[in-house]
Amino acid sequence: MSTFFEKRQLVTPGDMLAEGTYVAGENTYKKDDKIYASRLGLVEYKDKMVNVVALKAFYIPKLGDTVIGVIVEVGFNGWTVDIHSPYLAVLRASEVLSRPFRPQENDLSKVLNAGDLVIAKIIAYDRSHDPRLTVGEPGLGKITRGQIVKITPTKIPRVIGRNGSMVSMIKQETGSHIILGQNGLVLITGKTLENEQLAIMAIQKIENESHISGLTDRIAQAIKKEKAKQKEEVKNESKT
Amino acid sequence: MSQKHEKLIDKKGLRLDGRKPEELRSVQIEVGILPNADGSAYIQQGKNKILAGVYGPRELHPKHLALPDRTVLRCRYHMAPFSVQERKSPAPSRREIELSKVIRESLEPSIFLEYYPRTGIDLFIEVLQADGGTRCASITAASLALADAGIPMQDLVAACAAGKIDDIVVLDLMDTEDKIGSADVPVALMPNLNAITLLQMDGILTFEEFEKAVNLALEGCRKIHAMQKEALKTKYVNVKEVEE
Repeated sequence: MSTFFEKRQLVTPGDMLAEGTYVAGENTYKKDDKIYASRLGLVEYKDKMVNVVALKAFYIPKLGDTVIGVIVEVGFNGWTVDIHSPYLAVLRASEVLSRPFRPQENDLSKVLNAGDLVIAKIIAYDRSHDPRLTVGEPGLGKITRGQIVKITPTKIPRVIGRNGSMVSMIKQETGSHIILGQNGLVLITGKTLENEQLAIMAIQKIENESHISGLTDRIAQAIKKEKAKQKEEVKNESKT
Repeated sequence: MSQKHEKLIDKKGLRLDGRKPEELRSVQIEVGILPNADGSAYIQQGKNKILAGVYGPRELHPKHLALPDRTVLRCRYHMAPFSVQERKSPAPSRREIELSKVIRESLEPSIFLEYYPRTGIDLFIEVLQADGGTRCASITAASLALADAGIPMQDLVAACAAGKIDDIVVLDLMDTEDKIGSADVPVALMPNLNAITLLQMDGILTFEEFEKAVNLALEGCRKIHAMQKEALKTKYVNVKEVEE
């Protein structure tokens, strides 16, 4: 029984992580009592569990996740939604319209058209069926304003931070409203364009540097620096 | 056959490009150089220059190709018209179609295909400059591109060829050695699992020579695997250096 790496060390697919009575967790697999990594990422040993936090992955739908998607097709009784995953999601008309829905009378493209962005929740998904979405809860529905940033979905927990510390810090510092889609899309709505840009900068910085320690402090500092820069620019503009 | 041509190995025991029989060509690998692709890698092995790009797993088109129990890996190996001395027609040749299949089959065992049913992974390999041993270099680069795309896999696949020139078993043949020499044995290996995923032979070898060639090629694969890991890590370590 032994482990072969230090905590939070970078491993590549195929690296042997542990031998003996360990349990294979995320992004690992077990073969003949040995545990190997299946993705590029950072190892974590927790009791008997061996996990790899992937540096890059794609989104796999999970029941109850909030996601941000783009309508790609308007059908007879619903919409097809691209949720940046290997699978396209389905949003049924009955989930959006409260009244009974009659295909002859209602024009679905007037409600949501191709290219529209929606915040939705996954209500059904398994290996043999495409994910199904709903927008029938508060906070969900069509997106009308703001900016979208795309990051790799494995970094979403880092943007949230411990008990939401990171995201609330960014919200406070930039004065923007942030909605995180578990699929790696982030919606930012601020009072001004500058506020939104500040938040986008912060989130992109998290994506690039989340595997290096001391993240929250570094992000807070970067936001302050950027804020000062923006003020400077405003000053210069008013002078000229 | 080799008598008609100049000697491939000189009196000092060195090859045409000055390598020892058991020496690899110089290898440079870079990962993640195509921002549009989900994963990518570039390899230079001697004069070979090869680019690999991966898209997916994604919705497979045409849809009837999708399988209910696993991902479909599609692979295209293509040589640029300017990759060789004589212009190569850009249309896929018999050889390219075969190599696409060979490369696909050498990578399939390394990927957990059953994780994402009904989807497809598209792998594109573009040979920009060819100088012998492109199938091996392509496999090396393609495996890295797959890892860079975040596709779960059992192990990286490293590939390397060995062969016989002037009655001596040598590692990593270049174009002239491949054409004039008497045998070529490309091998692909999953080094951590110690599993061979590709083994071909072109030419004539005795049993002893074949065994020697395979062992030599496996050793080459392990050396290339070390460079693969290095390249994969470098992409993320560099961020750290920029910061400090």
